[in-house]
Amino acid sequence: MSWFKRVKEGILTKTQDKKPTPDGLWYKCPECKTPTSTKEFETNLWVCPDCGHHGKIGSAEYFSILFDDGKFKELDADLISGDPLKFVDTKPYPDRVLASAKKSGLHDAVRTATGRINGLKVSMAVMDFSFIGGSMGSVVGEKIARAIDVALEQKLPMIIISKSGGARMMEAAFSLMQMAKTSAKLALLSKAKLPYISILTDPTTGGVTASFAMLGDINIAEPNALIGFAGPRVIKETIGKDLPEGFQRSEFLLEHGFVDMIVERKDMKDKLHEVLNIIGVHKRETPAPKTKPKAKTQKASTK
Amino acid sequence: MPVLLDFEKPLEELYEQLEKAQATHDKGKVDMSDTISQLEKKIQGVRKDLYKDLTGWQKVQISRHPDRPYTLDYIAGMCKSFVELHGDRNVKDDKAMVGGLASIDGQAVMIIGHQKGRNTKQRQYRNFGMANPEGYRKALRLMKMAEKFNLPVVTLIDTPGASPGLEAEERGQGEAIAKNLLEMAVLEVPIICIVIGEGASGGALGIGVGDRVAMLENTWYSVISPESCSSILWRSWDYKEKAADALKLTASDMHENGLVDLVIREPLGGAHNNPEAMYKSLKLEIKRMIKELSEMSTKRLIDQRIKKFSNMGAYADVEEEIAK
Repeated sequence: MSWFKRVKEGILTKTQDKKPTPDGLWYKCPECKTPTSTKEFETNLWVCPDCGHHGKIGSAEYFSILFDDGKFKELDADLISGDPLKFVDTKPYPDRVLASAKKSGLHDAVRTATGRINGLKVSMAVMDFSFIGGSMGSVVGEKIARAIDVALEQKLPMIIISKSGGARMMEAAFSLMQMAKTSAKLALLSKAKLPYISILTDPTTGGVTASFAMLGDINIAEPNALIGFAGPRVIKETIGKDLPEGFQRSEFLLEHGFVDMIVERKDMKDKLHEVLNIIGVHKRETPAPKTKPKAKTQKASTK
Repeated sequence: MPVLLDFEKPLEELYEQLEKAQATHDKGKVDMSDTISQLEKKIQGVRKDLYKDLTGWQKVQISRHPDRPYTLDYIAGMCKSFVELHGDRNVKDDKAMVGGLASIDGQAVMIIGHQKGRNTKQRQYRNFGMANPEGYRKALRLMKMAEKFNLPVVTLIDTPGASPGLEAEERGQGEAIAKNLLEMAVLEVPIICIVIGEGASGGALGIGVGDRVAMLENTWYSVISPESCSSILWRSWDYKEKAADALKLTASDMHENGLVDLVIREPLGGAHNNPEAMYKSLKLEIKRMIKELSEMSTKRLIDQRIKKFSNMGAYADVEEEIAK
C-alpha cells in the first residue's frame, strides 16, 4: 500500500527561500477582473481573452499590429512642445512635459509614420494616452498636419488612431487652434480625393472628437470605447441625472449613426486593407520599387 | 443705476449722488445741472482709472456683463435689413444660434452668431448661448448658402461653450463642430469672425474659422473657461483669477500670440456703456475687412486662411534645442 505512504518528500523549498512572483507577469482585466498572463495578453493583442475588453495601448503597439512586419518610417520624431504661455499650475508646464516624457519614453502624445498595411502604403498618426492623457497641444496638431501633408505629397491614404482626453489646457488657445489646423488639412486631403480613415479608441473625447476624429470618410471604433464631445461627468453634472447604460460607447455611436462600424483589434488590419483596396487609391499610384526603400526603417518595439 | 461689477464699486456712491441730483433737478425747484455735469465728469474720470489696467478676470467679467449687447442687438444696430433664417433642415431650430441674410450699409452679408438671453425666461429659451449640434448645422447651412450666392459671412461669437447634454451627444456635437471646422477652412467666400463676448472652446471655434478673426477689447477666447480650468487644475473654483491670467485669454494676449488678427476698441466702460458707439465702430471695421477680402481671388483667400491656421502652434525640434 505504498501509495498511502509518502515515499518522496513534498515541497522541499523552505518558506523563506521561496521566490516571489515577479511583477508584471499577470494582467488583471479592469472589466471582468480575470487575470491573464502578460504574455498571453500580449499575443492576444492586449485584449482580454476572457471578456474581449480592449486594453489601452499606444503607438508602438498599434504600429506593430498594423504595419507589415512591424516596419515603418517615423516622421517628425523629434518635435517637442514649447511653452508659449509660460503656463504654471501646480508645476510649470515644461516640467510636466519632461516628467511625462521620462515616464512614457515619448516626446509627445502622438507618433506619425508611413508604412504598409498588407502591402498598401499609408500615412498614419497614432495617439499615446500615456503622455498627459493623450491631450492635443501644438505638437500633436503639427505632427498630424505634417503627416497629412505627406499623404498629400505621396498620394497616400491617411489613418489616424485617436485616443485622447481632448485639448491640452496648458497650451490654452494654442491647443484650441490645432483643431482648426488639422481639420483644414483634412479638407485639403478630401479635395485631393484621398481617403481618410479615423479609428476611435478608448477614450476619444473633447477637442479631438470635435475635429479630426469625427471627420473620417470612414469612422471605425474599437469595441466599447468611450467616444464623445463632453465627458460623461460633465454631462451628469449638467443634467443632474445618471447616464443611461452604454451612453457614449462605440455601440451607442454606431446606433446614432456616427461610426460606420465597430472592428475588433485582431481584425483591424485586414479591415483597413479591405476598405483601402476597394477604394483603390493605390491603383492610381505607381507601383512601389522592388528594392528595399532607402529610407531608414525601424523595427517596432513593444515594451 | 447701471449694473456695476465688483471692481466698479468705487462708482456706486457717485451714481447714487447723481441719481439724487437728477431727482431734485427733475422736481424743477432747484437747478442742479452744474452738479450733474460735474458728477458725470467725475464718473467718467473714475471709470477711466478703473479701466486703465484691467486684469484677465476683470475682462472676463465685462464680457459677461448682463447689459452687454448680444448678437441680435448688434444685428439690429448695424444692419438696415435682416431676414432671420431658421432650422438645420434636419431636427429643429436651435435658439442659441441665430442667423440670416442682412444688409450692412448696402453690403449684403450672411450674418450668424450665438445668442444669449437677457432674463431667466430668455436665458432658458436661448440655452444660455450654448448651441446644440443643430445650431452648428444651421450655421453651416447658412454658410453654404452664402457661398452659393457669393455673400461674405460674418459670425459673432458669444458662448460659454457648446451644450453638454444627452441629446447633444446623441446627435453628434463633436461631429457637428468638426464638420464646420473642415467646411469653413475651404468655404469660397470671405469669412469674418468677431468675438463679441465669451469665446469658449470648440463651441466658439465651431463658427470661428475665418480670414479675419477679431476680438472686441473686453472679451475672452480660450480652450476652457477660467472657472473650469481652476476646478480641473486646482480642484476648486477659487483660483479663477489665477486661471484667467494663466490662460492668456484676453483680446490683447490673443493678439500678441498671433492667434487672432485684430482687437477692436470698445467704448470706455465696455460695449454696454455705449452700445451705439460700439455698433458704429464694429460696422466700420466689418465693412473695411469685407472690402479688403473682396479684392482677393478665391484661391488666394482659401490658401491664406489655411496657411494662417497651419502656422499656429508652439513647438521645437529636440536636436535643434540641444544644439542651442
